[in-house]
Amino acid sequence: MAEVFSKLADYFQNVPAVRYAFIVGVLIALCSSLLGVTLVLRRFSFIGDGLSHVAFGAMAVAAVVGLTDNMLLVMPVTVICAVLLLASGKNTKIKGDASVAMISVGALAIGYLLMNKFPIRGGSGNISGDVCSTLFGSTSILSLTPLDVWVTVILSLLVLVMFILFYHKIFAVTFDETFARATGTKAGLYNLIIAVIIAVVIVLAMNVVGSLLISALIIFPALSAMRVFKSFKSVTVCAACVSVCCACTGIIISIIDGTPVGSTIVAVDIAVFAVFWLIGLIKGGVRK
Amino acid sequence: MAQLTCENLTLGYEGREIISDLSFSVNSGDYLCIVGENGSGKSTLMKTILGLHSPMKGKITTGDGLKQTEIGYLPQQTLVQKDFPASVREIVISGFQGKCGLRPFYTKEEKRQALENMKKMRIDDLQKRCYRELSGGQQQRVLLARALCATKSMLLLDEPVAGLDPRVTAEMYSMISQLHKEGITVIMISHDIEAALRYATHILHIGREVFFGSKETFKRGMFLGSYSAVTGGERNG
Repeated sequence: MAEVFSKLADYFQNVPAVRYAFIVGVLIALCSSLLGVTLVLRRFSFIGDGLSHVAFGAMAVAAVVGLTDNMLLVMPVTVICAVLLLASGKNTKIKGDASVAMISVGALAIGYLLMNKFPIRGGSGNISGDVCSTLFGSTSILSLTPLDVWVTVILSLLVLVMFILFYHKIFAVTFDETFARATGTKAGLYNLIIAVIIAVVIVLAMNVVGSLLISALIIFPALSAMRVFKSFKSVTVCAACVSVCCACTGIIISIIDGTPVGSTIVAVDIAVFAVFWLIGLIKGGVRK
Repeated sequence: MAQLTCENLTLGYEGREIISDLSFSVNSGDYLCIVGENGSGKSTLMKTILGLHSPMKGKITTGDGLKQTEIGYLPQQTLVQKDFPASVREIVISGFQGKCGLRPFYTKEEKRQALENMKKMRIDDLQKRCYRELSGGQQQRVLLARALCATKSMLLLDEPVAGLDPRVTAEMYSMISQLHKEGITVIMISHDIEAALRYATHILHIGREVFFGSKETFKRGMFLGSYSAVTGGERNG
């Protein structure tokens, strides 16, 4: 055991990539879990999945076109889709879950098609390898550049500040949108803000867990917290703590054991969910 | 001046009229009951009064210093709320959100008023409890306390006793009646004609036959047609 710790300490001091991975992983886990609470409660658990596939599609397009910084294309496209899905409200012809599913698989298919049809300039030439790493988040979290880290730090701090400032509004709009609207809360505006924040978090999170596993980062901490806690505030705080701890544990395990980072974090999240579910059962407070 | 005036309202969806040419007004201190069969447009009318839905023709004006967004609204419960992790206090104080504008946090005064409203609804001992674990009647009182936070002078209640047992229903009605006595204007949408006749000062009936006027006129048989049985029962009881 001591050996493991000294190995970790060694990594921490001498390999900047490991430090970067921890910083980015913790911040992403924190942001996504905060948003997860409102998404799960709004029955939008799958939005993470849908939007990340959109980001995947956009990434493929960016790679094919040969953009040097694909963030420039991926971010706006994802934001637009998030706004269309979340802010359009309940009066659309195609209902929420169907439109999420449609956009999700659509973008995935088109993205993969493009990657196969047009060889990526500067790519590794190994298409299935490239696709796999975008979907499952390769070890790329260990090859982050200082610029990536700064971008993530700034954007996640922004997300955090927005979340704290809009916390009460997010609660009001999530709990009862009709009441909020009727009493003069600009529900449309806040839905828009939530949608934009979610898109930003998802694009950031793709670096860590890849686009298939983002949903897990978003929903597991929230669901775990809801088993045990009963007020919105305690659920939010607990989800954030759970998510950060799971991310740290996951990264440590993956460094020691050489497992893929994304799926390891998710596996830890699942284990924690099981524990919280049991605690919930024993406390008898929450049925189901 | 009336607190709420509706003039020649025509309401409907996608070109189909549900209510046409409806006019009525609500004065400060009134207790108006809106009754009508299912599908007669009660909830459309309510959404229009709240400003969530715009009328096809006609207009709604508020007066007496009341703004449209200051009507305290008690909605019917939604599915989402059935398993929402939220404490009673969090829900009640969210009634002030409309007044917050861009201000991110609640003021001390708002917290104090929220507590006062909880006391008024006799739920201050449930403050920390989880909303989804409360009984139906308690949940209604939480939402009513929230509506009180959103208004000073007018409440709009959408089927406030739906799904409650008779004892809790009576409690709910007496609470609403108490608020009315304290000077709050009440507009209630209801199926329950009997209760409407007991508590309301005015009745608005929409549907095939439209009636608006005081309860006395309503009872006097101007409108006996479809409700003679009920009004008869009222007299006997």
